[in-house]
Amino acid sequence: MAKVIVITSGKGGVGKTTTSASFSSGLALRGNKTVVIDFDVGLRNLDLIMGCERRVVYDIINVINGEVSLKQALIKDKNCDNLFILPASQTRDKDALNLEGVARILEELKQSFDFIVCDSPAGIESGAFMAMYFADEALVVTNPEVSSVRDSDRILGILAAKSRRAVEGLEPVREHLLVTRYDPKRVNAGEMLSVTDIQEILRIPLLGVIPESESVLKASNSGTPAIHLDKSDVADAYRDVVGRFMGEDLPMRFVAEKAGFLKRLLGGR
Amino acid sequence: MSMIAGLIDYLRGNEKKTAVVAKERLQIILAHERAGRGTATPDYLPALQEELMAVIAKYIHVDRDSFKVQLEKHDQYDVLELNITLPDKVNSRR
Repeated sequence: MAKVIVITSGKGGVGKTTTSASFSSGLALRGNKTVVIDFDVGLRNLDLIMGCERRVVYDIINVINGEVSLKQALIKDKNCDNLFILPASQTRDKDALNLEGVARILEELKQSFDFIVCDSPAGIESGAFMAMYFADEALVVTNPEVSSVRDSDRILGILAAKSRRAVEGLEPVREHLLVTRYDPKRVNAGEMLSVTDIQEILRIPLLGVIPESESVLKASNSGTPAIHLDKSDVADAYRDVVGRFMGEDLPMRFVAEKAGFLKRLLGGR
Repeated sequence: MSMIAGLIDYLRGNEKKTAVVAKERLQIILAHERAGRGTATPDYLPALQEELMAVIAKYIHVDRDSFKVQLEKHDQYDVLELNITLPDKVNSRR
């Protein structure tokens, strides 16, 4: 049975699209047929992060309006065989999306894909609502920062009250916490909320921690999802996230401060 | 933070770490926002009050004013509080 996963956060700029790109790539690398949908109509960016911006011809609104078939609009990823991208429209406004249209597209995708990853826009308006409405599971992307944590809490409230699963009285949406831009050094200095703090406040299971890293910008510069980067903490962290999502029991990495050169030399940890 | 660490900080005159402040502020504001979310006062409360009053009035004479139903939201649980002030001398009908 195909699973619909929303990547959401409420707040903008916390790493939803970065996560959508890497998470969907990670699922595909493990052999799952995966499609990632950009719900940010009017401000599409997933295509840039995935490096397929020059191959976008049709978008989700064309499919909803019945102008083209889903197959015509899907773009095959350049890095993974099992991954397809459904871009958002850049020219229409958010009202072009509607629940019936999205439901139809998801139903059709469920026939041929294992995972449908929905990249939500920021905010709590219609685009974000459409992205989360049909979700079976949700990755709540949160930065260790007060406004991000508060917005995540708001999104959790909406998932619990207004998603399809909530409205139809089904089993609730399975929620996962993903803390991004984490800096253990600043946490130890008492300048940043710790993963434990965030978990204590939001009260949902932790799926992973993505360290603050320069490689995220390098990845987006080149249009390659961060999970494909060599020797990168971020790539390792996203691979762990996908592993845990698939049910593997992996120790949480990147939560402790890296040992400095001297410390390592002296045998410290 | 342990008490000793707190004491040392106090003696040193250290200020609270900003992460601790952040956590406290979040806990307070989110407790408020969560309480206001969804059904702050469930719509069944007035009907519940009417029916409870009808039942109690069958046995005891009570004023409308001496009858209170309240819902209090806490972190992990809600409390439905039923407060009836009985008249000085209870007039049981049976």
